[in-house]
Amino acid sequence: MGSITNHHAAGRHAAEAVNIGVLALQGDFAEHAASLRRAGAQPLEVRTIDQLQHVDGLIIPGGESTTIARLLIAYDLREPLIALGRRGLPIWGTCAGAILLAEEIITLDRPALHLMPMTIERNAFGRQIDSFEAHLEPGPFGSGDIPAVFIRAPRIRSVDDAVHVLLRLGPEHDHEPVAVQYQSILATTFHPELTADTRIHRHFVEMCQQRARPSARTNARTGEAHATLGRLG
Amino acid sequence: MVVETATQTVKAGLAQMLKGGVIMDVVTPEHARIAAEAGACSVMALERVPSDIRATGGVARMSDPSLIRGIIDAVSIPVMAKVRIGHFVEASILEALGVDYVDESEVLTPADEAFHINKHQFAVPFVCGCRDLGEALRRIAEGAAMIRTKGEAGTGNIVEAVRHMRAVQGAIARLQQMGDEELVSYARDIGAPVELVRETREIGRLPVVNFAAGGVATPADAALMMRLGADGVFVGSGIFKSQDPARMANAIVRAVTHYQDDDVLADVSTNLPQAMSGIELSDIPEPERLAKRGW
Repeated sequence: MGSITNHHAAGRHAAEAVNIGVLALQGDFAEHAASLRRAGAQPLEVRTIDQLQHVDGLIIPGGESTTIARLLIAYDLREPLIALGRRGLPIWGTCAGAILLAEEIITLDRPALHLMPMTIERNAFGRQIDSFEAHLEPGPFGSGDIPAVFIRAPRIRSVDDAVHVLLRLGPEHDHEPVAVQYQSILATTFHPELTADTRIHRHFVEMCQQRARPSARTNARTGEAHATLGRLG
Repeated sequence: MVVETATQTVKAGLAQMLKGGVIMDVVTPEHARIAAEAGACSVMALERVPSDIRATGGVARMSDPSLIRGIIDAVSIPVMAKVRIGHFVEASILEALGVDYVDESEVLTPADEAFHINKHQFAVPFVCGCRDLGEALRRIAEGAAMIRTKGEAGTGNIVEAVRHMRAVQGAIARLQQMGDEELVSYARDIGAPVELVRETREIGRLPVVNFAAGGVATPADAALMMRLGADGVFVGSGIFKSQDPARMANAIVRAVTHYQDDDVLADVSTNLPQAMSGIELSDIPEPERLAKRGW
């Protein structure tokens, strides 16, 4: 099966050329940085507007969504981040990050980024004792289940038709989506950075490479990248 | 599909989500809202902040469930609450209330002088205090999914938290120079399981998240603990015993995010409201020192 994993192998040598930022206001940004290194990329902690201008992609980590949303506003990062996202900067949000990317957020008391046409509900599985681990069917990510850790996780309640669902939970959760992509915006309600599996990090590195390298961008236009995305859908 | 709850990954994982953040002691729902508004990543619900516990004396116990429920209802961020060392029934009650993390805390009066709680038996994760590496690893062996320094709570004096953080970090640095033959003797000397000592040597840090606690009173205190290697900071009496809690809370949150940026630290430290007055450690008689509780 044509997979993101195989597709990535060709581009691995170039991974060090892209700078992938990890928003380091609060949360498990160090875990994301470690996963990026294992995926062959160079992570950069981002706390200021200046640092934001030097990245080819950005991860918004897990953490407290109310805290990160507040700090984005307090440190004047929210507007620049929205502008960069609209211009096609690859942005991936995990858990709290996924919440902040959503257009509609059920019960968040402050504005976020509105970059992904979906509705998400915070803490929707319950409190911490309801947090869980599951193994997901790998879908476009090759063979072998994907280990997924859900911590006070949000639930994606609805997505726009233009959003590709990459991964879903099993039948006991009505196959609800847990990893979705819309153009250059990626969202997962679980935490790939808490496991040794780097497939989703490698996928994001590749999204950043396609944007950073003109040749890759040409490939994207001629269909290679779109073919990949087509398989994702 | 197999779905598993209450695994170590899930318990330790919530602490990982709190990293780079500030956990604030609150005694009312109104405090909890102020803390969340200021950017706290979690709140610790209790009846009296440590400086008041110190002032009032008597036996300090788990808070009344109505207070904890009120705080859970007031905010959407995770809520922690304290139980006495060894008091596994108080812990069961907090688990039933839906608390997100239980702090088995020396700030309350110990219920058991021989044993800490067997934390593996609970679905709710626990955070415990430590003064050195051995104590941290003993608590992890009992099932703690998060560690904090003990410091000396309710004093507004950072000196003990610094001592405890340096003890842990210094021991980990020495551990990384040790060969296998030294490791077993070292584990015996510090009273910790050899497997956890080995894991700590391999990864070069505690196997779970490690916050600073006990005596943080200013943004500079919080940044100091971050630079000494803390993953985040608990602030007890330091916020709601200051003259302007909302401003102090904002300043400490900002100092923890930007702990390496001296310009930001100078900015948030300027014209701050009066911090809590604080107590010199030598003015506290030995039996009244909270850090001595637990082992």
